[in-house]
Amino acid sequence: MTDRRRMILTAALLFTAILLIAAGVAEGQYHQVLAKATRICLECIGIG
Amino acid sequence: MDNKKRTIIQAVAAVLQNGHIAGFFTGRIYGGGAKHFCVPGLNCYSCPGALGACPVGSLQSAVSAWKFRFPYYVLGVMVFFGVTLGRLVCGFLCPFGFLQDLLFKVPAPKKLRTFRGDMYLRYLKYAVLLLMVLVLPFVYKTTPFFCKYLCPSGTVAGMLLTAADERLRGLLGWIFTWKAAVLTAVVLASAVIFRPFCRYLCPLGAFYALFNGVSAVRLKVDSGKCTGCGACASACGMAVDPVKSPNHAECIRCGQCVSRCPHGAISFSHCLSRSSPEGREKA
Ligand code: SF4
Ligand code: SF4
Repeated sequence: MTDRRRMILTAALLFTAILLIAAGVAEGQYHQVLAKATRICLECIGIG
Repeated sequence: MDNKKRTIIQAVAAVLQNGHIAGFFTGRIYGGGAKHFCVPGLNCYSCPGALGACPVGSLQSAVSAWKFRFPYYVLGVMVFFGVTLGRLVCGFLCPFGFLQDLLFKVPAPKKLRTFRGDMYLRYLKYAVLLLMVLVLPFVYKTTPFFCKYLCPSGTVAGMLLTAADERLRGLLGWIFTWKAAVLTAVVLASAVIFRPFCRYLCPLGAFYALFNGVSAVRLKVDSGKCTGCGACASACGMAVDPVKSPNHAECIRCGQCVSRCPHGAISFSHCLSRSSPEGREKA
Protein backbone atom coordinates (compact mmCIF):
# COMPACT_ATOMS: atom_id res chain seq x y z
CA MET A 1 0.00 0.00 0.00
CA THR A 2 1.33 3.47 -0.77
CA ASP A 3 1.78 5.92 2.11
CA ARG A 4 -0.82 8.23 0.61
CA ARG A 5 -3.48 5.53 0.49
CA ARG A 6 -2.66 4.45 4.00
CA MET A 7 -2.95 8.01 5.32
CA ILE A 8 -6.35 8.43 3.65
CA LEU A 9 -7.51 5.15 5.16
CA THR A 10 -6.27 6.15 8.63
CA ALA A 11 -8.04 9.51 8.40
CA ALA A 12 -11.26 7.90 7.16
CA LEU A 13 -11.25 5.36 10.00
CA LEU A 14 -10.53 8.04 12.56
CA PHE A 15 -13.42 10.05 11.21
CA THR A 16 -15.64 6.97 11.37
CA ALA A 17 -14.63 6.34 14.99
CA ILE A 18 -15.51 9.90 15.94
CA LEU A 19 -18.86 9.65 14.13
CA LEU A 20 -19.67 6.37 15.88
CA ILE A 21 -18.80 7.81 19.29
CA ALA A 22 -20.89 10.91 18.58
CA ALA A 23 -23.86 8.76 17.51
CA GLY A 24 -23.50 6.63 20.64
CA VAL A 25 -23.27 9.67 22.89
CA ALA A 26 -26.33 11.19 21.20
CA GLU A 27 -28.24 7.97 21.95
CA GLY A 28 -26.99 7.99 25.53
CA GLN A 29 -25.34 4.59 25.11
CA TYR A 30 -22.66 5.49 27.64
CA HIS A 31 -25.37 5.12 30.29
CA GLN A 32 -25.75 1.44 29.40
CA VAL A 33 -21.97 1.04 29.60
CA LEU A 34 -22.02 2.55 33.08
CA ALA A 35 -25.01 0.48 34.18
CA LYS A 36 -23.35 -2.76 33.10
CA ALA A 37 -19.93 -1.85 34.49
CA THR A 38 -21.10 -0.83 37.94
CA ARG A 39 -22.95 -4.07 38.75
CA ILE A 40 -20.94 -7.20 39.47
CA CYS A 41 -21.14 -9.28 36.29
CA LEU A 42 -21.82 -12.81 37.55
CA GLU A 43 -20.92 -14.37 34.20
CA CYS A 44 -17.57 -12.59 34.14
CA ILE A 45 -16.51 -13.74 37.57
CA GLY A 46 -17.52 -17.33 36.93
CA ILE A 47 -20.78 -17.62 38.83
CA GLY A 48 -22.94 -17.46 35.71
CA MET B 1 12.42 1.97 24.20
CA ASP B 2 14.12 -0.35 26.69
CA ASN B 3 12.27 -3.07 28.49
CA LYS B 4 12.53 -1.42 31.89
CA LYS B 5 10.77 1.75 30.72
CA ARG B 6 8.04 -0.31 29.13
CA THR B 7 7.56 -2.31 32.33
CA ILE B 8 7.17 0.94 34.29
CA ILE B 9 4.60 2.26 31.81
CA GLN B 10 2.69 -1.05 31.95
CA ALA B 11 2.70 -1.03 35.75
CA VAL B 12 1.47 2.58 35.88
CA ALA B 13 -1.26 1.81 33.31
CA ALA B 14 -2.38 -1.26 35.28
CA VAL B 15 -2.53 0.71 38.54
CA LEU B 16 -4.37 3.64 36.92
CA GLN B 17 -7.00 1.31 35.49
CA ASN B 18 -7.37 -0.53 38.80
CA GLY B 19 -7.00 2.24 41.32
CA HIS B 20 -10.12 1.51 43.39
CA ILE B 21 -8.01 0.11 46.21
CA ALA B 22 -10.88 -0.12 48.73
CA GLY B 23 -12.58 -2.68 46.48
CA PHE B 24 -9.85 -5.25 47.10
CA PHE B 25 -10.72 -5.25 50.80
CA THR B 26 -14.47 -4.76 50.74
CA GLY B 27 -15.32 -6.91 47.71
CA ARG B 28 -17.39 -4.05 46.32
CA ILE B 29 -16.70 -2.78 42.84
CA TYR B 30 -16.35 0.88 41.91
CA GLY B 31 -19.64 2.51 40.92
CA GLY B 32 -18.57 6.00 39.88
CA GLY B 33 -18.90 7.95 36.65
CA ALA B 34 -15.51 6.92 35.25
CA LYS B 35 -17.21 3.67 34.26
CA HIS B 36 -18.97 5.56 31.49
CA PHE B 37 -15.67 5.16 29.64
CA CYS B 38 -14.04 2.07 28.21
CA VAL B 39 -10.39 1.40 29.02
CA PRO B 40 -8.17 0.44 26.07
CA GLY B 41 -7.08 -3.02 27.27
CA LEU B 42 -8.65 -6.18 28.62
CA ASN B 43 -9.58 -5.35 32.20
CA CYS B 44 -12.71 -6.89 33.68
CA TYR B 45 -15.13 -4.25 34.97
CA SER B 46 -16.01 -6.56 37.82
CA CYS B 47 -12.43 -6.46 39.09
CA PRO B 48 -12.66 -4.89 42.56
CA GLY B 49 -10.08 -2.27 41.52
CA ALA B 50 -11.44 -1.44 38.05
CA LEU B 51 -12.14 2.23 37.42
CA GLY B 52 -13.33 1.91 33.82
CA ALA B 53 -15.42 -0.38 31.63
CA CYS B 54 -13.95 -3.32 29.72
CA PRO B 55 -14.47 -2.80 25.97
CA VAL B 56 -15.05 -6.50 25.24
CA GLY B 57 -17.54 -6.88 28.09
CA SER B 58 -19.34 -3.70 27.07
CA LEU B 59 -19.52 -4.78 23.45
CA GLN B 60 -20.95 -8.19 24.35
CA SER B 61 -23.45 -6.66 26.70
CA ALA B 62 -24.64 -4.29 23.95
CA VAL B 63 -24.81 -7.05 21.35
CA SER B 64 -26.69 -9.43 23.64
CA ALA B 65 -29.26 -6.94 24.92
CA TRP B 66 -32.85 -8.09 24.32
CA LYS B 67 -33.64 -4.94 22.43
CA PHE B 68 -30.73 -4.72 20.06
CA ARG B 69 -29.37 -1.31 19.27
CA PHE B 70 -26.25 -0.92 17.17
CA PRO B 71 -23.38 -0.43 19.67
CA TYR B 72 -22.13 2.87 18.20
CA TYR B 73 -20.44 4.07 21.34
CA VAL B 74 -18.40 1.01 22.31
CA LEU B 75 -17.50 0.18 18.74
CA GLY B 76 -16.51 3.82 18.13
CA VAL B 77 -14.21 3.78 21.15
CA MET B 78 -12.64 0.50 20.06
CA VAL B 79 -12.09 1.73 16.50
CA PHE B 80 -10.61 4.92 17.93
CA PHE B 81 -8.06 3.00 20.02
CA GLY B 82 -7.37 0.71 17.07
CA VAL B 83 -6.78 3.43 14.52
CA THR B 84 -4.69 5.62 16.81
CA LEU B 85 -2.65 3.08 18.79
CA GLY B 86 -3.29 -0.30 17.19
CA ARG B 87 -1.66 -3.05 19.21
CA LEU B 88 0.47 -0.56 21.10
CA VAL B 89 -2.40 -1.00 23.57
CA CYS B 90 -1.26 -4.63 23.97
CA GLY B 91 2.39 -3.74 24.35
CA PHE B 92 1.96 -0.92 26.84
CA LEU B 93 -1.51 -0.46 28.28
CA CYS B 94 -3.26 -3.79 28.76
CA PRO B 95 -3.10 -5.14 32.33
CA PHE B 96 -3.63 -8.73 31.21
CA GLY B 97 -0.82 -8.40 28.68
CA PHE B 98 1.38 -7.04 31.47
CA LEU B 99 0.53 -10.01 33.67
CA GLN B 100 1.63 -12.39 30.90
CA ASP B 101 4.88 -10.44 30.44
CA LEU B 102 5.63 -10.89 34.14
CA LEU B 103 4.81 -14.59 33.98
CA PHE B 104 7.17 -15.02 31.02
CA LYS B 105 10.01 -13.85 33.27
CA VAL B 106 9.45 -16.88 35.52
CA PRO B 107 12.26 -19.40 34.85
CA ALA B 108 11.08 -22.40 32.82
CA PRO B 109 13.05 -25.41 31.48
CA LYS B 110 12.35 -24.22 27.93
CA LYS B 111 11.10 -21.00 26.39
CA LEU B 112 9.35 -21.40 23.05
CA ARG B 113 9.52 -18.54 20.59
CA THR B 114 7.45 -20.27 18.00
CA PHE B 115 6.60 -23.82 16.89
CA ARG B 116 4.96 -25.62 13.99
CA GLY B 117 1.41 -24.45 13.59
CA ASP B 118 1.92 -21.40 15.82
CA MET B 119 1.08 -18.93 13.08
CA TYR B 120 -2.10 -20.86 12.13
CA LEU B 121 -3.25 -21.14 15.73
CA ARG B 122 -3.15 -17.36 15.94
CA TYR B 123 -6.21 -17.16 13.69
CA LEU B 124 -8.19 -18.67 16.56
CA LYS B 125 -8.54 -15.28 18.24
CA TYR B 126 -10.45 -13.94 15.23
CA ALA B 127 -12.89 -16.83 15.60
CA VAL B 128 -13.23 -15.99 19.31
CA LEU B 129 -14.00 -12.38 18.38
CA LEU B 130 -16.52 -13.33 15.74
CA LEU B 131 -18.26 -16.18 17.52
CA MET B 132 -17.95 -15.63 21.27
CA VAL B 133 -18.14 -11.84 21.31
CA LEU B 134 -20.45 -11.08 18.40
CA VAL B 135 -22.47 -13.94 16.89
CA LEU B 136 -23.35 -16.18 19.86
CA PRO B 137 -24.25 -13.34 22.27
CA PHE B 138 -26.41 -11.85 19.51
CA VAL B 139 -28.20 -15.13 18.80
CA TYR B 140 -28.52 -16.43 22.36
CA LYS B 141 -29.52 -13.19 24.07
CA THR B 142 -28.16 -12.16 27.48
CA THR B 143 -25.25 -14.62 27.51
CA PRO B 144 -21.85 -12.97 27.12
CA PHE B 145 -20.11 -16.12 25.87
CA PHE B 146 -16.55 -14.84 25.98
CA CYS B 147 -16.91 -13.41 29.49
CA LYS B 148 -18.75 -16.44 30.77
CA TYR B 149 -16.66 -19.26 29.36
CA LEU B 150 -13.23 -17.93 28.47
CA CYS B 151 -12.10 -14.56 29.78
CA PRO B 152 -9.25 -15.09 32.28
CA SER B 153 -9.35 -11.43 33.32
CA GLY B 154 -12.86 -12.05 34.66
CA THR B 155 -11.65 -15.13 36.51
CA VAL B 156 -8.94 -13.08 38.22
CA ALA B 157 -11.66 -10.55 39.13
CA GLY B 158 -13.80 -13.41 40.48
CA MET B 159 -10.94 -14.71 42.61
CA LEU B 160 -10.29 -11.27 44.07
CA LEU B 161 -13.97 -10.61 44.73
CA THR B 162 -14.71 -13.98 46.28
CA ALA B 163 -11.63 -13.67 48.47
CA ALA B 164 -13.16 -10.53 49.96
CA ASP B 165 -16.84 -11.58 49.97
CA GLU B 166 -17.98 -14.77 51.65
CA ARG B 167 -21.49 -14.68 50.16
CA LEU B 168 -20.12 -14.71 46.62
CA ARG B 169 -17.78 -17.56 47.52
CA GLY B 170 -20.79 -19.69 48.38
CA LEU B 171 -22.17 -19.24 44.84
CA LEU B 172 -19.18 -20.65 42.96
CA GLY B 173 -19.94 -23.66 40.80
CA TRP B 174 -18.78 -25.57 37.73
CA ILE B 175 -18.42 -22.46 35.53
CA PHE B 176 -15.90 -21.09 37.95
CA THR B 177 -14.05 -24.41 37.99
CA TRP B 178 -13.91 -24.37 34.19
CA LYS B 179 -12.76 -20.75 34.07
CA ALA B 180 -10.14 -21.39 36.75
CA ALA B 181 -8.83 -24.27 34.59
CA VAL B 182 -8.59 -21.91 31.59
CA LEU B 183 -6.77 -19.34 33.70
CA THR B 184 -4.38 -21.98 35.04
CA ALA B 185 -3.61 -23.13 31.50
CA VAL B 186 -2.92 -19.53 30.43
CA VAL B 187 -0.70 -18.91 33.46
CA LEU B 188 1.33 -22.09 32.95
CA ALA B 189 1.65 -21.51 29.20
CA SER B 190 2.75 -17.92 29.82
CA ALA B 191 5.92 -19.12 31.52
CA VAL B 192 6.90 -21.04 28.39
CA ILE B 193 5.42 -19.09 25.46
CA PHE B 194 5.44 -15.32 25.21
CA ARG B 195 1.84 -14.09 25.64
CA PRO B 196 -0.16 -17.21 24.74
CA PHE B 197 -3.51 -15.60 25.49
CA CYS B 198 -2.70 -12.59 23.30
CA ARG B 199 -1.45 -14.84 20.49
CA TYR B 200 -4.31 -17.31 20.36
CA LEU B 201 -7.39 -16.22 22.23
CA CYS B 202 -7.82 -12.52 22.92
CA PRO B 203 -10.69 -11.00 20.91
CA LEU B 204 -9.53 -7.48 21.76
CA GLY B 205 -6.05 -8.20 20.44
CA ALA B 206 -7.71 -9.61 17.31
CA PHE B 207 -9.75 -6.44 16.92
CA TYR B 208 -6.73 -4.15 17.30
CA ALA B 209 -4.70 -6.41 14.99
CA LEU B 210 -7.11 -5.49 12.19
CA PHE B 211 -5.91 -1.89 12.53
CA ASN B 212 -2.15 -2.43 12.98
CA GLY B 213 -1.48 -1.83 9.29
CA VAL B 214 -3.12 1.60 9.31
CA SER B 215 -2.76 2.78 12.92
CA ALA B 216 -1.30 6.21 13.59
CA VAL B 217 1.51 4.78 15.73
CA ARG B 218 3.75 2.59 13.62
CA LEU B 219 7.17 1.05 13.26
CA LYS B 220 9.52 2.18 10.56
CA VAL B 221 12.61 0.42 9.20
CA ASP B 222 15.34 2.51 7.61
CA SER B 223 16.55 0.30 4.78
CA GLY B 224 19.68 2.43 4.44
CA LYS B 225 20.76 1.46 7.95
CA CYS B 226 19.49 -2.14 8.09
CA THR B 227 22.23 -4.69 7.36
CA GLY B 228 19.85 -7.66 7.48
CA CYS B 229 21.57 -9.13 10.56
CA GLY B 230 18.26 -10.46 11.93
CA ALA B 231 18.87 -9.26 15.52
CA CYS B 232 15.40 -7.68 15.60
CA ALA B 233 13.56 -10.76 14.40
CA SER B 234 15.32 -13.02 16.89
CA ALA B 235 14.52 -10.58 19.72
CA CYS B 236 10.81 -10.44 18.94
CA GLY B 237 8.72 -12.34 21.45
CA MET B 238 5.80 -12.45 19.04
CA ALA B 239 7.98 -14.08 16.34
CA VAL B 240 7.51 -11.24 13.90
CA ASP B 241 10.23 -10.14 11.49
CA PRO B 242 9.90 -6.35 11.58
CA VAL B 243 12.19 -5.89 8.58
CA LYS B 244 9.86 -7.96 6.41
CA SER B 245 6.67 -6.61 7.94
CA PRO B 246 7.04 -3.68 10.35
CA ASN B 247 3.31 -3.30 10.87
CA HIS B 248 2.37 -6.96 11.08
CA ALA B 249 -0.95 -7.76 12.79
CA GLU B 250 0.91 -9.75 15.45
CA CYS B 251 3.28 -6.91 16.41
CA ILE B 252 2.34 -5.61 19.83
CA ARG B 253 4.66 -2.59 19.47
CA CYS B 254 6.70 -3.62 22.49
CA GLY B 255 9.78 -1.94 21.00
CA GLN B 256 12.09 -4.85 21.76
CA CYS B 257 13.32 -4.85 18.16
CA VAL B 258 13.87 -1.09 18.28
CA SER B 259 16.22 -1.39 21.23
CA ARG B 260 17.93 -4.57 19.98
CA CYS B 261 18.84 -3.31 16.50
CA PRO B 262 22.59 -2.60 16.66
CA HIS B 263 22.33 -0.09 13.82
CA GLY B 264 19.36 1.94 15.03
CA ALA B 265 17.45 1.02 11.87
CA ILE B 266 14.04 0.51 13.51
CA SER B 267 12.09 3.31 15.15
CA PHE B 268 8.62 4.19 16.31
CA SER B 269 6.94 6.43 13.80
CA HIS B 270 3.55 7.95 13.04
CA CYS B 271 1.08 7.83 10.20
CA LEU B 272 2.19 11.10 8.62
CA SER B 273 5.79 10.06 8.07
CA ARG B 274 6.91 8.35 4.87
CA SER B 275 7.69 4.68 5.35
CA SER B 276 10.40 4.64 2.64
CA PRO B 277 11.88 7.02 0.05
CA GLU B 278 9.48 5.48 -2.49
CA GLY B 279 6.55 6.20 -0.18
CA ARG B 280 5.50 2.55 -0.13
CA GLU B 281 5.58 0.10 2.76
CA LYS B 282 6.42 -3.58 2.61
CA ALA B 283 3.33 -5.74 2.92
S1 SF4 C 1 -4.07 -9.30 23.07
FE1 SF4 C 1 -5.71 -8.90 24.58
S2 SF4 C 1 -4.92 -9.55 26.58
FE2 SF4 C 1 -3.21 -9.36 25.14
S3 SF4 C 1 -2.45 -7.33 25.48
FE3 SF4 C 1 -3.84 -7.19 23.74
S4 SF4 C 1 -5.84 -6.66 24.64
FE4 SF4 C 1 -4.52 -7.37 26.32
S1 SF4 D 1 8.18 -6.54 15.81
FE1 SF4 D 1 9.28 -5.36 17.39
S2 SF4 D 1 7.76 -4.08 18.37
FE2 SF4 D 1 6.65 -5.68 17.23
S3 SF4 D 1 6.27 -7.29 18.74
FE3 SF4 D 1 8.18 -7.79 17.68
S4 SF4 D 1 9.83 -6.89 18.93
FE4 SF4 D 1 7.88 -5.97 19.59
